[in-house]
Amino acid sequence: MATTMDDPVTRRDFIHIAATAFAGVGAAAALWPLIDQMNPDATALSLGSVEIDLAPVQEGQAITVVWRGKPIFVRNRTPKEVEEAKAVPIDELKDPIARVMGLTGEEPATDQNLTKGGHEKWLIAIGICTHLGCIPKGQKPGDERGEYGGWFCPCHGSQYDTAGRIRKGPAPRNLEIPPYQFESDTKIKIG
Amino acid sequence: MKEIFSTRAIRFALGGIVLAGSLAAANPGWAAEGGATIPRQDWTFGGVTGYFDREQLRRGYQVYKNVCSACHGMRQLYYRNLSEPGGPEYSEGSVKQFAAEAQVTDGPNDDGEMFTRPGRPSDRFVSPYPNDKAAAAAQGGAVPPDLSLIAKARTVTRAAPWYMEPFYWLYDIATVYQEQGPDYVHALLTSYTEPPEGVKVLAGTNYNTAFPGHQIAMPPPLVEGAVEYPEGVPATVDNYARDVSAFLMWAAEPKLEERKRMGLKVLVYLAILTLLLYLSKRALWRNVEH
Amino acid sequence: MAHQSNYQPKTAFTRWMDSRLPVIRMAYDTILDFPTPRNLNYMWTFGGILTFFLGLQIITGVILAMHYTADTSVAFDSIEYLMRNVNYGWLMRYTHAVGASMFFVAVYLHIFRGLYYGSYKAPREILWIIGVLIFLAMIATSFMGYSLVWGQMSFWAVTVITNLFSSLDSIVNGLGTAIVQWIWGDFSVSDATLNRLFSLHYLLPFVIAGLVGLHIWALHVPGNNNPIGVDLRDPKREAVPFHPYYTAKDLFALTAFLLLFAYFVFYLPDYLGHADNYIKANPLQTPPHIVPEWYFLPFYAILRAIPSKLGGVIAMFSSIGVLFFIPWLDTSSERSARYRPIYKWFFWLLAIACVALGYLGSKPPEGGYLVAARIFTAYYFIHFLIIMPIVGVIETPKPRPRTIADAIFKGGGQASGYAAQPAAAAAEKR
Repeated sequence: MATTMDDPVTRRDFIHIAATAFAGVGAAAALWPLIDQMNPDATALSLGSVEIDLAPVQEGQAITVVWRGKPIFVRNRTPKEVEEAKAVPIDELKDPIARVMGLTGEEPATDQNLTKGGHEKWLIAIGICTHLGCIPKGQKPGDERGEYGGWFCPCHGSQYDTAGRIRKGPAPRNLEIPPYQFESDTKIKIG
Repeated sequence: MKEIFSTRAIRFALGGIVLAGSLAAANPGWAAEGGATIPRQDWTFGGVTGYFDREQLRRGYQVYKNVCSACHGMRQLYYRNLSEPGGPEYSEGSVKQFAAEAQVTDGPNDDGEMFTRPGRPSDRFVSPYPNDKAAAAAQGGAVPPDLSLIAKARTVTRAAPWYMEPFYWLYDIATVYQEQGPDYVHALLTSYTEPPEGVKVLAGTNYNTAFPGHQIAMPPPLVEGAVEYPEGVPATVDNYARDVSAFLMWAAEPKLEERKRMGLKVLVYLAILTLLLYLSKRALWRNVEH
Repeated sequence: MAHQSNYQPKTAFTRWMDSRLPVIRMAYDTILDFPTPRNLNYMWTFGGILTFFLGLQIITGVILAMHYTADTSVAFDSIEYLMRNVNYGWLMRYTHAVGASMFFVAVYLHIFRGLYYGSYKAPREILWIIGVLIFLAMIATSFMGYSLVWGQMSFWAVTVITNLFSSLDSIVNGLGTAIVQWIWGDFSVSDATLNRLFSLHYLLPFVIAGLVGLHIWALHVPGNNNPIGVDLRDPKREAVPFHPYYTAKDLFALTAFLLLFAYFVFYLPDYLGHADNYIKANPLQTPPHIVPEWYFLPFYAILRAIPSKLGGVIAMFSSIGVLFFIPWLDTSSERSARYRPIYKWFFWLLAIACVALGYLGSKPPEGGYLVAARIFTAYYFIHFLIIMPIVGVIETPKPRPRTIADAIFKGGGQASGYAAQPAAAAAEKR
């Protein structure tokens, strides 16, 4: 062992390495709460789901609800609107992929993939234009709906069809479909 | 430091602490300010290894729901808290039911009006009165306090001579006494008695030995048998008081179990780290005359 | 800085950096290379502990500010919301609240270290004065922080303490009331007050951080004091580089202190507080006993010991004001109380007086408590204004080592007063 001040302290001493390493572990562990506290809290997580009653929405009508702070378009489509949506060939679409939260992103944007089996009248999409985030028009009777009968974004002219797919205008992707299921014929749970 | 603490002084001080500690242990009498002695109770959630008895919390919630919620709100709680870990841990289905039994004010609707709807787990507990003035009007001037934090907003004091107080503080710190609130609530609920000879009780108040001043507006809320208890648990006033106090402790401090679990890990870690750092420091200084 | 810089940048990057902004050199000089006396005891570890806690309070405080709302209708609820719903919110809150108490435990030990060993004496007067300024800023910060909770104690503490300024009305008619309303921003403690308390509470810790920088700079000009009160003569024999010797020692002391801190945070988080602060503030109902946090109790006792309102206010502020003058009030030629046989007793009397005043601050100011508070308050001022000047002059110091080397090395290194020390002093150095 070194006995004078001139001898450099040997940093290879195991105890110094052990102490420093153990301290480092604690410091790293202590860091996690400081970071995690900024994540969405328990209230935000509890409001992650919202239940919607569909009974008051007549055929041809649409309502807008809020889920996780975003507007959600809930439209009860007429048979004509459903037919129009089904008839569109995939290769005519600007964006051929079904943008559904929870799917892989490979599925084609057929009307079937964008709705739930047995409930094809209902089109439920996040009402945020995929261009720069404005809320497209088309929910209220009298609103401009664009050439394709779906929605029309007043900011830069993007036009969506009755299945929420982008057909014309600067938006790159179809309207996103949130995760939801039918609890009954007249009730859905989003999130 | 060496000249400040000679070994004799340290021995004397330690002996004094031990002596005082024993005195304190033998006589842990507590009192609400100006009140009778409130004994320190045994709670499952006390001490370094404290935990909540889930069954007790559920019984306590039943007591709150059936007796206390008529006048007392708990606005800091959400219905979903009842199913979260660390508490009564009801099932999600039960919690949906509890929430749905309450009517929540929501709105405005598209007509601009407020409306009521059945509660959801994500709602706060519904208070019996919309505000304090309504509560006072219905209760003859006294406002029944919100119970969310009552277990931390109340304490007990010890009547001790000034020279004993520091030893009692050390004793409390050593025995981790943080349950003054539930001790007080339990005492309050079980201390309604007839006033002693010659003491006149004001109209609209009730005599209670634990309450500071002894005259409390709340009439005795607990009656034997009022709340149905599961088989094997006697439906006595004392048990009601005990269970609802435990429930109120959880309501005031839902993270208690998580805190104590983490605390044990942190203290063990720090103890080891202190030892390692001491050995490291000693190794460094061993070769240095100082 | 006082000692010559020995920093040699070894890499191209460090040479480049050093010629543009020598921060690495500054860090090296201050915290790695700095020659520190070898004979420091553990009372010298509290500076490092305080620096850690300042950092901890700032970090947890900034985090709490992400979740807090400074509006009287929701402030209390926003804290409860944080405790229950924000991830680890309860941990942030309890760390910050208990951290404030630990900050004061450390600062009181740090101050009393300075008083015992004469660390305030020339040439460290400015160092001491900056320290008192830091202490004042700490008092202001923690007072405002406690008020943000907007519980019963928060509200009524702000009301009582700000109302003290109205005592100036007895000097200049209307001045006190004008000042109080200016502080409040209203005719009573209200939203305007809470918002400005939040703003200032966020600001002051950074002022403290700046003062701490000056404090360390002022320290590094003459270097550390040490238990024998004689400054470094021969750094090679008497000092060690700060790193690794004192970084290791300070880290060890800090971790031991953190054990105490963690014990309170996790098992007794509300013990140092007051139950009444878990009741939402009610401007129409005063709690039966208004008590400040424990670290303010001595000042509270002094305030209430004087019968007149203005007198109490003056006494309370003077109790800190007098600290500024200590370097000149103490006339002793000997720095360390270790070698001041008479003054040593008075030092301990002062320590007892401060602890006693702390206890008395928690009691109602009546009967025996009031008499005791008056006696200890009188002693407090007598200690600084009368005893310090007089004892320094009339006292004969005990023989002490001429240099640190004499104190450290057995048999000294040269003929010195150390060899002539009577047995009592040698035994005392045990």
